[in-house]
Formats: sequence, structure tokens, C-alpha cells
Amino acid sequence: MCGIVGLFLKDKSLEPKLGQMLSEMLITMTDRGPDSAGIAIYGQEQKGRSKLTVQSEGGREDYAALQNDLAAALETDLSITPNDTHAVIDVAADKASELRTILSAQHPDIRVMSQGDSIEIYKEVGLPGAVSERFHVSAMSGSHGIGHTRMATESAVTTDGAHPYSTGPDQCLVHNGSLSNHNALRRKLTRNGIKIESQNDTEVGAAYLTWKMSQGNSLGEALESSLKDLDGFFTFVVGTKDGFGVLRDPIACKPAVLAETDQYVAFGSEYRALVNLPGIEDARVWEPEPATVYFWSH
Amino acid sequence: MLTYDLAADGLRGLNAALQAQSPDTNQSQWDVINPKGSHAIAVGLNAPIDVTVHGSTGYYCAGMNQQANIRVKGSVGPGVCENMMSGKVVIEGDASQYAGATGHGGLLVIKGNASSRCGISMKGIDIVVHGNIGHMSAFMAQAGNLVVCGDAGDALGDSLYEARLFVRGSVKSLGADCIEKEMRPEHIAILSDLLEKAESDAKPEEFKRYGSARKLYNFDVDKNTTY
Amino acid sequence: MEPKTPRTLPIQSATFTKEVNAEIRRAAATGIYDIRGGGAKRKLPHFDDLVFLGASVSRYPLEGYRETCNTKVTLGTRFAKNPIELDIPITIAGMSFGALSGQAKEALGRGASAAGTSTTTGDGGMTPEERGHSSKLVYQYLPSRYGMNPDDLRKADAIEVVVGQGAKPGGGGMLLGQKISDRVAQMRTLPKGIDQRSACRHPDWTGPDDLEIKLLELREITNWEVPIYVKVGATRPYYDTALAVKAGADVVVLDGMQGGTAATQDVFIEHVGIPILAAIRPAVRALQDLGVHRDVQLIVSGGIRNGADVAKAMALGADAVAIGTAALIALGDNDPKWEAEYQKLGTTAGAYDDWHEGQDPAGITTQDPTLSARLDPIDAGRRLRNYLKVMTLEAQTIARACGHNDLRNLEPEDLCALTVEAAAMAQVPLAGTDWYPGKPGTGY
Repeated sequence: MCGIVGLFLKDKSLEPKLGQMLSEMLITMTDRGPDSAGIAIYGQEQKGRSKLTVQSEGGREDYAALQNDLAAALETDLSITPNDTHAVIDVAADKASELRTILSAQHPDIRVMSQGDSIEIYKEVGLPGAVSERFHVSAMSGSHGIGHTRMATESAVTTDGAHPYSTGPDQCLVHNGSLSNHNALRRKLTRNGIKIESQNDTEVGAAYLTWKMSQGNSLGEALESSLKDLDGFFTFVVGTKDGFGVLRDPIACKPAVLAETDQYVAFGSEYRALVNLPGIEDARVWEPEPATVYFWSH
Repeated sequence: MLTYDLAADGLRGLNAALQAQSPDTNQSQWDVINPKGSHAIAVGLNAPIDVTVHGSTGYYCAGMNQQANIRVKGSVGPGVCENMMSGKVVIEGDASQYAGATGHGGLLVIKGNASSRCGISMKGIDIVVHGNIGHMSAFMAQAGNLVVCGDAGDALGDSLYEARLFVRGSVKSLGADCIEKEMRPEHIAILSDLLEKAESDAKPEEFKRYGSARKLYNFDVDKNTTY
Repeated sequence: MEPKTPRTLPIQSATFTKEVNAEIRRAAATGIYDIRGGGAKRKLPHFDDLVFLGASVSRYPLEGYRETCNTKVTLGTRFAKNPIELDIPITIAGMSFGALSGQAKEALGRGASAAGTSTTTGDGGMTPEERGHSSKLVYQYLPSRYGMNPDDLRKADAIEVVVGQGAKPGGGGMLLGQKISDRVAQMRTLPKGIDQRSACRHPDWTGPDDLEIKLLELREITNWEVPIYVKVGATRPYYDTALAVKAGADVVVLDGMQGGTAATQDVFIEHVGIPILAAIRPAVRALQDLGVHRDVQLIVSGGIRNGADVAKAMALGADAVAIGTAALIALGDNDPKWEAEYQKLGTTAGAYDDWHEGQDPAGITTQDPTLSARLDPIDAGRRLRNYLKVMTLEAQTIARACGHNDLRNLEPEDLCALTVEAAAMAQVPLAGTDWYPGKPGTGY
């Protein structure tokens, strides 16, 4: 079980404060999820470049050497910017998939957390305050982001059990609830060639959406079919390059609150997460209907 | 008038102070400021005091209320007035899910909208919603009156016992064993009284009544499909 | 005259037994599932499959009497201002007034109080008699919330939030019309004589993240004074225990499939939930992994019958046990002296489980005034006290034989298993070996 927060900025002047606002919202949800925390931020993008956020247990001092190795192997400019156990690899967009192949073949201890033009995902075991601190989330800027604090239900408390999960380029998923058919679905997706690392039910939800989209469905269509194919209780928040989406299962027991002003759209598992947002007293506050896909994009 | 700053002085202090009030207290008027979406505000009160919460709350505001008069100038999270026994609670904004859950008595007024499962398992509480209510409202509702001036969502009154449901607007769908029933003079009287107490201008004649068909009261194999 | 051709002896199927066939015929006749009381009746891996390794040359026993063996336990030390101190590590499990007669509830209160332990209300609320006769009363907080109110909440010595019970994990309460008398109907806000339907989920929270907020509310209403237990039916005990701890429970109560109920579908009782033997070690491991074993106490139930069961449960890591069925039998449930009446009901002493029909000859699981008058609460209370005393003495005898001066010093290494299943479930070696299935470092 968990806490989810999301912030989509309409007012560009707030972009430098995205990380700080999101971090504060996340820390308010600590009680709902003391085990691990994660955040996906959609920040700077550079035309023609791709970003990979990677993680390695205990960080790697030799990211500098790695940078040289990879640049040579790919015959391209690339830079690695470490951030605690994570690092952002900036590479030419047309070299991104080759880079992933080399990483998984030659550096299996390096996990790819996200890939895309603007997305960066940071997640680790620990309280949200600690996780936010170690990655300097408060200093990050961007147009939108989602965050998650985890109380593990049926899988272990590990880095790869934490959310958000990447579901594709510039896409990610966080989840509050408990899927009841995740084991059968995991086996089916694995047979279809999808790689799933953990026993976490959310990772299955994310893999399912990725799989559906790989078959030509839009994210919206994939979310619609999830209502039929996923069993259990869920509030999903998905991040995309342009915005974010929200979906609650038909029974809709897990909480979800949305707030909208001229400056932003915000999501929280509890209203408490939204109380310090600017102009919240006059915001339109409502709860998403069950089995309905909601979307906001730039 | 006593003012309590929840952000500065904490939840324990507030509830302890409010719960300590006796029926003949002279500290009968309270203002709670900076609620900031906190949970369990003004729970377990047991005296006819007046409490005004300035802002929005989290879960279980006014839980298990007895005798107190509580007004929230904002919205409330899930479970407002859960298991209320008596007293009157007015929410000026919206209420999240489970509003009035398992309440035994008293009056809960929501001036905005209530979310899903409004009045779930109610056992005698009266709830009046000026706006709309969400799905699965009045689920297994045993006793009391639920009055909705707006619309009701899916599966209204599923598995209903003896609670009375009055809806002025549309009902998206009715739950198992919940049917429309005729409005008789005694129902108009009940509705009239509740609407007045709830500060609503709606007219009783504009409402339809829903209640239990009582077919699930004793198991019948031929009605098996309802299960 | 030709000799008669020998025939094979008739063979009854082990799959289509007489009981199974009778049930199929009953289902065909009525079109409704079989409802009954009690816990799982079929043979299951249980404490009988474990034995203690008494002292010998490598270890020394304690003498009885003078060399004391402590039996006291304190529950609710984590957050409560007033934890509960029990003289014995055996409590009376939740059973409702409605399922049981008023006299039976009174007897339980008398017996438990005389033995220095607690009783628990059930799915119907607190009666004044029970509060009056029980020196320590745990108040159940169930999905139905029948009779729930803050005054009774504040009269309780502890609150037990019931997520589920062993007989029907994932199911709700059930009481059929025959037992919804005037008084029961009034307490539960139901029309008299109808079949009570109960919810299987709590009405105002879902999931451990919400449960945490609910526990906060209950503590705020009761001034943080009393312990809050969280009770689950045994299914995924590792995760459920961990989540109860994360949600803020003071005590975890774990009920195995042998745990009884007043009434539910037979298929639920027999086919959902796991034996208590298999549930204890994962629950204890969860507590140990979170560093709260002994700080958050564990009470286990489901088929506890004697002091050996108590000692084994504690050796596996529990802090205390609860009894339900055993307590009722001590009061007089299913006693052979009523055999003539059991026969009239189509059953026999020991097998009677149609408690939902409310015709119990022993007067315990009924609301009928004539039948319930058969139980003398004072005499029955004395019987319960005697039984609790015997269980305690038995557990002490075993503990002393293992060299312990406190029941809580019993440990898994005092045990070994007689069957492979029990060894695997309790994670205790097979007698005469140092192996159990799944032991780390072995090939299985």
C-alpha cells in the first residue's frame, strides 16, 4: 500500500520549483509508505539527445571510466552525471538502444531506471525524506512529475520493488492498491518476451501497459484494457512526455484526490499532500470517477 | 471562544481538550485553525459544544461524534462522522468516500458533493447531501435516512436493509434489492424536517423514495442470481 | 449345487465418501450451500506432529513448585498507556453474543477472570453482563460494526480490529434468522428474524495504509490508553504480520483454519486458510525481520486444546494463545450427556455443528430461553477456570522439563517433528535428524 503524488505545471514560472514542491508533497505521505520512495521528473530535454537514468548498488566511483568506455564503444559523445547511487547518461538519441544493449551485456549490475527525452527516475529504499535528500530532488526543475512512497504488500522491500516503474520511453507508472492476478499475468508477459525483475505486482501492471503499447495501442487504450485484464484494487498514475494520466479501478476503494488551478493540476492520495500548494484554498478539488481515464498534457 | 491552532499545538492536545468538555462546560465554543488536511480531527467528542474547523480535513473528521455541533468550513476526507451517535455536523465543502459510515444517529449535512459509499452500513444516522453522491452509496444501509438533492451514482442501496433513501436527481443505477417506493405523507414529513434542519431549499415533493425490496432477508434458492 | 462365486468386498471411495455423497444429495435437494459452525474438521498437520526434547544429560530440568516457571504475559507494550497484564498466556477468543447465549458469555467472563485472563466480544457488540463479569475485556472492531459505539469502546481494556478469522479469511459474519432474537436484533440494528448479511471488508478503510489512519482515530478516541490488536485469518502470515506492524498494531492475532466460527459455509471453513502450525513461523519471522518480536506481541489460535499446544505455540515464537472451541467444550458444548437430543437433531455428541439453527441442547450456541437456561453460568465458569488451570500446569510441566523458568523462554530448538509436513511447516527438524525441508544450505 502506498502514497502517490503528482504535479503537472501549467504555469512555466513554477518549473524551477517542481522538485521542491513534489518533494514536500511526497514527504507528507510518509505514513502511507515508509519502505521506499521514488520520483519521476520530466525536466530538460535537448533535441537529438536521449537520457538514461541508471542505478547501481552503492553507486559507482568509476562512472568517469565508464563514460570513456561507452563513448568509445558507441563512437559517440556521451556524458554521465552521477547522483548518489544513480546517474544520468546523456547520449545521442539514435544511439540510445545500442547503449542499452551494451549495458545489459557488459554491465549487468547497472539497472536502467528510465529512458527518454526528458524523464529521469530516482528511487531507493528508505523514507521519502531521506530518498529526496540523497538525490537532491528539491533542486530539480521540470514541467511535471510523479512521486510514490511504498508500503510493501506481497514482495520485498528493495530498490527494484520501488516505484515509479518505466513502461517505455518517457513513460512511467506508480500504483496504490493490490493486484490479485499479478502472478498469472507475470507468467504470461514473461512468455511474451517482457523482462520483469521483481515479484512486485506494480511492475506487472507497468509491464502490461508496455506490452499493450508495443502492440500498437495508445497509452489511453492500454489503460482502458487494463480495467478488463487486471484484477484487484488500483489507483494508477502514469507519467508521459507531455503530461500525466490517472485511472482508478471500478471498485475505487483506494483514495485519490485531484486539485486544479490556473497554475497546475495536482494529484495526491490524501488531500494532506496538497495543502501547501499555491492557491490550494481556491483550487477546484475533486475525486476521479472509477474506471475512467483522466489525462492532462501540454 | 477558544482558538486552537492544530499546526502549532498538535492533534492530541486538540482531541484531549475537546473530549474533556462536560455538558455544562463554559468552554463551549471552539475554533480550530490550520487543519491542513489532518486526520481524526474532533473525534470522540461527547458534549453539546460548538466546534468550527477553518479549512479542509483528512480522514475521519468528527468520528464517533456524540452531542457536538461541528462545522467544517472546507472539505473533508474519507469517513467523516463515521459511527456518529448524535449531534450535528455540517460540511460546507465536499466529502470524500464513506461519509457517515455506520453512523447510529445525529445529522450529517454536506453542502457540496459526497463521494462513493456515502452512508455505507448506516445504522440510524440522517445524512443530507445538497449535491451529488458517488457509487455504492447506502451499501448495506440498515436504518436512518439518506437525502440527496443532486444525483446518485451506480449501485445505490445495494443489499439495503431498512434505511430510507430520498433522491431528487437521477440515479445512475440501483443496487441489489433496492427499488423505488411510493412517497407517502409520513415520508414527506420526514423529508421536510430533514431538509429544513439541513438548511436546504429543496421541496420534499421533488424527491423519489427508494427502499429495500426485502427479497434478500431470507435466502431463497430461486433468487440465487442476485448473489 | 454349484458353490457361490466369491465376490470382492465392497469398497467405499476415499474421494466420494459417505459424507461427501450425503452432502451432494443435500445440495441437490435444497439448492443452498451447507452452513455450519466450528472450525476445519478434517485431519490437518497440527501440534500433535511436534514433540518436545526434554532435558537429559546435556540439559537440566527444573523441579516443580519451588523452582518457579513464570506464566505471566503483558500485551500491548508498544503504544498503549495501559498494557494488559495476564496471569496466563491463554485468552478467550472473540465469540459474539448472538452466536452464544447470554449465560455462555457470562460463564466465559467468570472463568477467564478467575484464571486471570481476558475474554473478547464478538460480531454483535458488548453486553453489560460481559463487561461486568470479565475483569479484562477485549472489544472487537469488525466490518459489520454491529453495536459499535464510543462508550463501549472506552469501557474496553483493549480493542481488536478484525480483518479476518481463520474459519473464513476473506469472508464476513453470518447469523441466520433463527438467532436474530429481539435483543440481538436491537443490538445489531436489524429486523428480527432475518438472515444477517455481513460485509467482508471494513466500511471505511481498505488496505494497511488506510488502516494506519483508522488506528490513529481509535487511539485518539480512547486517549491512547488501550492496546490495539489486529486479527487476521492465517493465509499470508508473513506479509499480514508485517503490514499490521507497519500500520501500528500493538498486538497481532493470528487464527488458523482450525479456528471456529458460529456459522459460515462449510467450503469456506475447510478450504480457505492454512493450519496454524504453518502460520506461526512466518509471522514470527516477520516480527523478527522488523526488529519487533516481543515488542509487538503475537497471539495465535485455531485448534489449541491442551497445555502441550500452548507450549508448542510459544516455543515457535508466539507470546500467547487464544481458545474458542476448547472453551465452549469446557463449558459443556457437545457433551455426551445430551446424546438423546443430538440424535433427534440427526447428529451425535462431538459432531454437532448446526449452531446457526439455534437449537443447541447444551444451551450455549442458542438464543432460545429454555435451552440457554440449561447452562448455569457459575458452574460453567468454574469449569472453564479449571480447564485453563490445567492447560497452564501442563505447559509449565513441559517448560520445566525443557529447563525453562518462564514459558516465554521456550524456543524452536526445544522441538522436533514427527512428519515431514510438520517439519516443513514449523521449520523444526525431523526427530533424530537436523533436517527439515527448506532448511537453508540444503538441496531442497
